[in-house]
Amino acid sequence: MSVDTSKVATSNTSAATAKQPTRIGKITQWSDERLGLAAMGKKNLRKIFPDHWSFMLGEIALWSFVVLLITGVFLTLWFKPSMADVTYQGSYPNLRGIEMSQAYASSLDISFDVRGGLLLRQMHHWAAMLFIAAMMIHLLRVFFTGAHRKPRELNWVIGSLLLILGTLEGFTGYSLPDDLLSGTGVRAADGFIQAIPIVGTYIGFFLFGGEFPGDSIIPRLYTIHVLLIPGLLLALIAAHMLLLVYHKHTQWPGPGRKETNVVGYPMLPVYAAKAGGFFFITFGVTAIMGAVLSLNPVWKFGPYDPTKVTAGSQPDWYMGWPDGALRIMPGWESHFWGHTWSWNIFVPVILMPTLSWILLTILPFLEAWITGDKREHHLLQRPRNAPTRTAFMVSLMTWYAMFWLAGGNDLIAIKLHSSINNITYALRVLVFVGPAIAFFITRRWCIALQRHDNETLLHGYETGVIMRSPEGGYSEKHLAINEAKAYAITVRDRGPEGAGEDDGPTAKGKTTLRDRLRTLYYADDVQKPTVEELEEAHHHAEHEAHALAGIEGHAADGHQFDGHHLVEDENLRGDHQH
Amino acid sequence: MSDSHELEHSIEAHTDELLPDPGLPEHHWRPTDVDPRAERRAERQVATFFGLSVLCTVLFVVFYVTLRTGINGQKIIGLGASNVALGLTLGGAFLFIGIGVIQWARKLMADVELVEERHPASSSAEDRSATLAALQAGLEESGIARRPLIRNTLIGSVGLLIAPAVVMLRDLGPLPGDKLKHTVWTKNMRVVRDVVGTPIRPSDLEIGDLVNAEPEIIFGTSDGQPLPEGQVLEGADLQVAKAKAATVLLRMDPADIVSDVTRNWSIDGIVAYSKICTHVGCPISLNERTTHHLLCPCHQSTFDLADSGKVIFGPAGRHLPQLPIGVDSEGYIVALSDYPEPVGPSFWERDTKSPSEIADEWSKENGQ
Repeated sequence: MSVDTSKVATSNTSAATAKQPTRIGKITQWSDERLGLAAMGKKNLRKIFPDHWSFMLGEIALWSFVVLLITGVFLTLWFKPSMADVTYQGSYPNLRGIEMSQAYASSLDISFDVRGGLLLRQMHHWAAMLFIAAMMIHLLRVFFTGAHRKPRELNWVIGSLLLILGTLEGFTGYSLPDDLLSGTGVRAADGFIQAIPIVGTYIGFFLFGGEFPGDSIIPRLYTIHVLLIPGLLLALIAAHMLLLVYHKHTQWPGPGRKETNVVGYPMLPVYAAKAGGFFFITFGVTAIMGAVLSLNPVWKFGPYDPTKVTAGSQPDWYMGWPDGALRIMPGWESHFWGHTWSWNIFVPVILMPTLSWILLTILPFLEAWITGDKREHHLLQRPRNAPTRTAFMVSLMTWYAMFWLAGGNDLIAIKLHSSINNITYALRVLVFVGPAIAFFITRRWCIALQRHDNETLLHGYETGVIMRSPEGGYSEKHLAINEAKAYAITVRDRGPEGAGEDDGPTAKGKTTLRDRLRTLYYADDVQKPTVEELEEAHHHAEHEAHALAGIEGHAADGHQFDGHHLVEDENLRGDHQH
Repeated sequence: MSDSHELEHSIEAHTDELLPDPGLPEHHWRPTDVDPRAERRAERQVATFFGLSVLCTVLFVVFYVTLRTGINGQKIIGLGASNVALGLTLGGAFLFIGIGVIQWARKLMADVELVEERHPASSSAEDRSATLAALQAGLEESGIARRPLIRNTLIGSVGLLIAPAVVMLRDLGPLPGDKLKHTVWTKNMRVVRDVVGTPIRPSDLEIGDLVNAEPEIIFGTSDGQPLPEGQVLEGADLQVAKAKAATVLLRMDPADIVSDVTRNWSIDGIVAYSKICTHVGCPISLNERTTHHLLCPCHQSTFDLADSGKVIFGPAGRHLPQLPIGVDSEGYIVALSDYPEPVGPSFWERDTKSPSEIADEWSKENGQ
């Protein structure tokens, strides 16, 4: 592919025209003779990546992870993962002389006595929040635009693993400082583990090295936090990226952008510069957050003491939803034959998150099973063009949001001066009703937007220009949208029949569950117009324009004042001949 | 042959084309491509950003050396100046590089969109059949299908290797035994204040007073006398003991007590309950004086201390265990026994009974 760089910044083109073996040429030769990377480089150095702001969300997650690795390595230099008793003698006067674990004492040292230590701690914590938030928003972007479809289902599964591992990594991380708040979290985690039927007590004793709190849990969480999970995360991120490169990035439909190609800028130099530059931006923003936004001030909470707790104890935001589920679950326990089964803990924090995660992981397969779609997809869909899918995800988001709100039921009660009992009862209902309402509204909304698309395709967009007919009737003038936009809107499947699935409804004359789901999936979907409808509409528009031409006296046809055109030198009133 | 194969091995294109593809839009040159002054200006901008980054890095080092950290360090709008200065300069040092590079990419690097063809994710049918053939040849030559004895013993022996890994984990911790069912409370052990360890007389408490208490052994004493060396709890043992034995004492009007069990195990309206929530084990101590309700701040389970610690709200499934108390010869509050039932969160082996059943059994055991 040759590019016309005749005008591109002259300073950039000199290297490309050099004839003599350059220094870069020599280095390439030396390394290729040993590593044979040239074949791969040929394919990948100028690999094309499409551009869209939403493709940056996953990048935020990636770069936050790199920030976590860098700040994390620094933190390990001072943090002492030990529960041994020490008497604090550091520079923070309020806690001097107090007995605490070495882990907590070293967290205080990092915060007060290591220059830049507090910055590292806060950057690490902020980056963790960003990492998980970015993963979630990236996940939503992928799902809403249909980027999880074949051939990318396995990358979705990897992403879903990254999400759960990232969450666990966050939990193990904020448990390490051994302050009163983090210890309360570990205490609750012990309660969760004990609630697992039959084996819970054993798992708890093995994990904690005996009864809670013991003196093993912090060193063990530390190993999990700095070695085990980061290793898995690294490997999975590598796999995620490799698959991304192999599949080539999805792109939005538009003129020249097809299922069979990818249009955008080459990896070297544009994409490398943009993505590489974005690492520096992510790092810089995290550092600024660490500078001015205080979070998790562990020195205020004091050392962990199993007999104490503070009001308003809450986990980090991403653990908020199981905590909320735990808060609004009715207190059901079964007692039988000398045993206790705590539904009130097992259901909200063990069963529900596990099932939710499994559902999330299998979503691409579930959707493909329902639609029967076996084709590869590289063009993204607008969320409106898959109303049921979009509505389903919004419904899941609402389900998550209701639980998440419940995780702050005490704070909501305080801020709104209302009864925590009523808030809790309301949320017990809303976690079920909310998603249903959200599903209905989103679905209808999508369908309305599909109608709107067809409307603009067939009858043009609203110019805001009001016409009066000789009879005195008023109408708004519509004009055709531009060719590129019209093309982009029309690149979409025409319903289940158009989807071309090769294993359509079962032929045995029996309606299976799958058939019913498929009917529901596509129900009320508004299809794009047919060629005939489009031609008919254009014909109508021409006819209308012709009819109006006579009375217009060549005055403004509306085109000028719709904000899409320059209006200088326009003749507003037509040529006055009289 | 190869042509038709190529056709087969391509991405199935989209369905009906409603409108003709207008093709890629024409490329427009940017001001920096056609105007040398704009180009030089962009070049200077990028270099300026890199220069600002250098400035920030230098300032970072300066602030690192000059500003004191910690509680006695300089302050800026109420925040530690060291943290703010180091963070902002470090942030600037990175941010300006990022902005500069992206500005470079947007203004000066070629911005012509290129087109690359996609290929299906799958390999070509040829490759696939060749791979299958290779796989089959390999399996065939190994004879694994023809020698089930070798295959099965190999699978068995490799599978069994999980055993050492699992067995090794056994020493992660002791078996639970009945450890969760008991605390360090014993008959006639004094109930002492949880921070200072002083014993408590009933007359020390007014109606509505709530005291966070611990068994005396936590402080290494017995009836005010130091315990012998070996019996003093230390380190993890101490933490474990505290985590389970934590207790709240509350004095209420004796007439408010509704449950017989609660009344029997109280003295002069003073009741003692486990401080560890029966939900997931947070320590509870938010008391509502007029209702004698105790609320857990973690998940808002609420217990009625006048009625055997009954759950009246929230996710807890079980009442709060009550500690039977009395008074010793010196007039201090003591426990009459360990908690009559396991304290803290539920676990599978826990035998759960109602307060009256527990009280009946307790009376039999303690002959009262």
